Amino acid sequence: MRDGRVDLSHGAGGRATAQLIDEIFRPAFDNPFLDQGNDQAAFDVPGGRMVMSTDAYVISPLFFPGGDIGSLAVHGTVNDLAMSGAQPLHLAASCIIEEGFALSDLRRIADSMGRAARDAGVAIITGDTKVVERGKGDGIFITTTGIGIVPPGLELSGDCARPGDRIILSGCIGDHGVAIMSLRSNLGFETEIRSDSAALHGLVADMVRAAGSALRLMRDPTRGGLAATLNEIAQQSRVGIMIEEDAIPVREDVAAACELLGLDPLTVANEGKLIAVVAPDEADHVLGVMQAHPNGRQAALIGRIVADDQRFVQMKTSFGGGRIVDWLAGEQLPRIC
Amino acid sequence: MKHIDEYRDGALARAMAAVIADEAQPGRAYRFMEFCGGHTHAISRYGIEDLLPDNVRMIHGPGCPVCVLPIGRIDHAIRLAERGEVTLCTYADLMRVPASAGHTLLKAKAAGADIRMVYSTLDAIRIAEAEPGRQVVFFAIGFETTTPPTALAIRLARRKRLANFSVFCNHVLTPPAIRAVLDSTDVRIDGFVGPAHVSTVIGTDPYAAIAAAYRKPVVVAGFEPLDVVQAVLMLIRQINANRHEVQNQYIRAVTVEGNLIAQREMADIFERRPWFEWRGLGELALSALRLRPEYADLDAEWRFDIETVPAADNPACECGAILRGVKKPAECKLFGTVCSPDMPMGSCMVSPEGACAAHWTYGRFRDAANAGAESALV
Amino acid sequence: MCLAIPIRVEELLGDDMARVTLGGVSKIVSIALLEDVRPGDYVLLHAGFALTRLDPDEAVRTLALMREAAVPGMPVAESVGA
Repeated sequence: MRDGRVDLSHGAGGRATAQLIDEIFRPAFDNPFLDQGNDQAAFDVPGGRMVMSTDAYVISPLFFPGGDIGSLAVHGTVNDLAMSGAQPLHLAASCIIEEGFALSDLRRIADSMGRAARDAGVAIITGDTKVVERGKGDGIFITTTGIGIVPPGLELSGDCARPGDRIILSGCIGDHGVAIMSLRSNLGFETEIRSDSAALHGLVADMVRAAGSALRLMRDPTRGGLAATLNEIAQQSRVGIMIEEDAIPVREDVAAACELLGLDPLTVANEGKLIAVVAPDEADHVLGVMQAHPNGRQAALIGRIVADDQRFVQMKTSFGGGRIVDWLAGEQLPRIC
Repeated sequence: MKHIDEYRDGALARAMAAVIADEAQPGRAYRFMEFCGGHTHAISRYGIEDLLPDNVRMIHGPGCPVCVLPIGRIDHAIRLAERGEVTLCTYADLMRVPASAGHTLLKAKAAGADIRMVYSTLDAIRIAEAEPGRQVVFFAIGFETTTPPTALAIRLARRKRLANFSVFCNHVLTPPAIRAVLDSTDVRIDGFVGPAHVSTVIGTDPYAAIAAAYRKPVVVAGFEPLDVVQAVLMLIRQINANRHEVQNQYIRAVTVEGNLIAQREMADIFERRPWFEWRGLGELALSALRLRPEYADLDAEWRFDIETVPAADNPACECGAILRGVKKPAECKLFGTVCSPDMPMGSCMVSPEGACAAHWTYGRFRDAANAGAESALV
Repeated sequence: MCLAIPIRVEELLGDDMARVTLGGVSKIVSIALLEDVRPGDYVLLHAGFALTRLDPDEAVRTLALMREAAVPGMPVAESVGA
């Protein structure tokens, strides 16, 4: 296919659309379902409880250190499935592309999606492509939907945390958000920090095997960071949370970037980390299992669930005093004050 | 991180806190105002008050330039931004401050005004150079820490003969504000924790007259939590010895005379306004800056035919009393009910260093405890 | 409006600009408010400008004073007044 740009004919459903799918998406996603060339994918469903999740990816910039919108779209939905304890089964992807988008970029993104899916042991088995007029879309928007199967007997949910349970964080926080901010030209800082975007279902499989029913819930701290996730859990389970700042792993360069921008690392987005709430007797065991996995090497016990009608998330600061960890208010803006 | 981590040492903090508890005389109350919003933020964010004995209390002062900016000036900035030819450049801190009718720069931007967040005045200059068709207005706020960067931008604009750059100047001065607090407040203040980075610019010298006239000790403190704790100890020792001197805890960054280059730049470019309205403190004489007449061509108040219209605060908003240290955030009826960081009614809540925002974000769990609510820990 | 960070000067870039680094993150900032800045100096960075140089000897003295202050009953050499 000649190098060039996406135009409205690529979304019209005719020959140009077929060509786009044949020359870019099908080879990138590479699976027998797509090769059949139908509008849907038919498959047998193994027995058990099914989980479904969907997410739209509108990130800008599209390409960043450690990933791109394509790999993010795969990892994000795989992780949403994994947070219920499920192993991902199949993915679907729909792309809305802006007229004028470079085909070379589209190819790069599709290849990245295919690679991320293969590495996660899943395939993108069906999808859709639309093209909107120039100015009506920010380059490309991707929505991925996934289904998975939950092991029998596992019923993780955000309202399952109980006083006494321990909280485990799978690794360093703040990498993704800082990596993205470093690309905003008006902030002008240079760094080697990369997004932590990763598929966590392998880590989750090990955790589920090790913990069984001692695992109460898992959640990934994406937008709004660790602060948002802990507050969500506190609200859903109607409990309080106590964490220790010293226990929370943060890379030195991420901490430095946050100092420079006046950001709290607790509120910065992550794309390859999870929080697990575990019954106290099994916490050390689960922690060990996580640390043995490549996606959990820096896993740490960061706190515990407590009874609290006010549902505060409290933190003992590294300095010794106390503070709460609140949701980020509004959009994350760097400050100079 | 060097020059940062050493001053966050929790073990050292606890040891110093024990000495403070020892030296604070029982039955005597020590009330210290930290003037600078950055100190307010640090005290809340590290929970420093937890380390102090009950009879040593910190009162949050008005050193938050976002908080003391009157609504009328933000309305003025929004009206500038809404002019088709204007690109308003601003620090991010100002984007969500509520002006008249709950309007904000963020909302104006969403409605199509060309408003751009910048990290530095130099970014605004770069935008003016890159877009000669736009009228770039820099919304300048801040105490003496932030004024030299504006001065340098004005000098640069003059040197580059930029016809499309101007400054909407709202710079304010620290010593008049400290005097205004001491003159007006009905809350006893025993001493001041002096601002860290303002003092790197103006030096410790300007505080001497204040300490002598009002007979209150002033300790200029660094920004890290151990700096604040050490400054509190130094204040307690002065009070116990009936002294009221200026002391410098931040010796690694602050000198008696300050940054003379920065002071010269400020004196060259700016002059004191006869009067300026401060939120919470009223009209203060010789407390704020404007561009000198020879720089009038770079002054947005001359270039654009817009007047500041004074606007009243929400009558239930207690930002004024809170800025003077007379009330605490939890004593404002709007706190946590109508007013929160998601929906701020006043500037104390929207600025991260405002007393209300700091209390909401880091400290409001203590209100629940103080009110006797149950909070059983397992 | 005081958020200022201690940061190390890596390289002078001419035209009163310098590259500074903190914990592996670097920025290009103005040093127009200071004289005689050298690579290796630590400066306080605020809104894209270096405001003052950090005095390493006074930093050492500050930490020593803090450690002394943490010992009960030990009289502390007062730091410089105005």
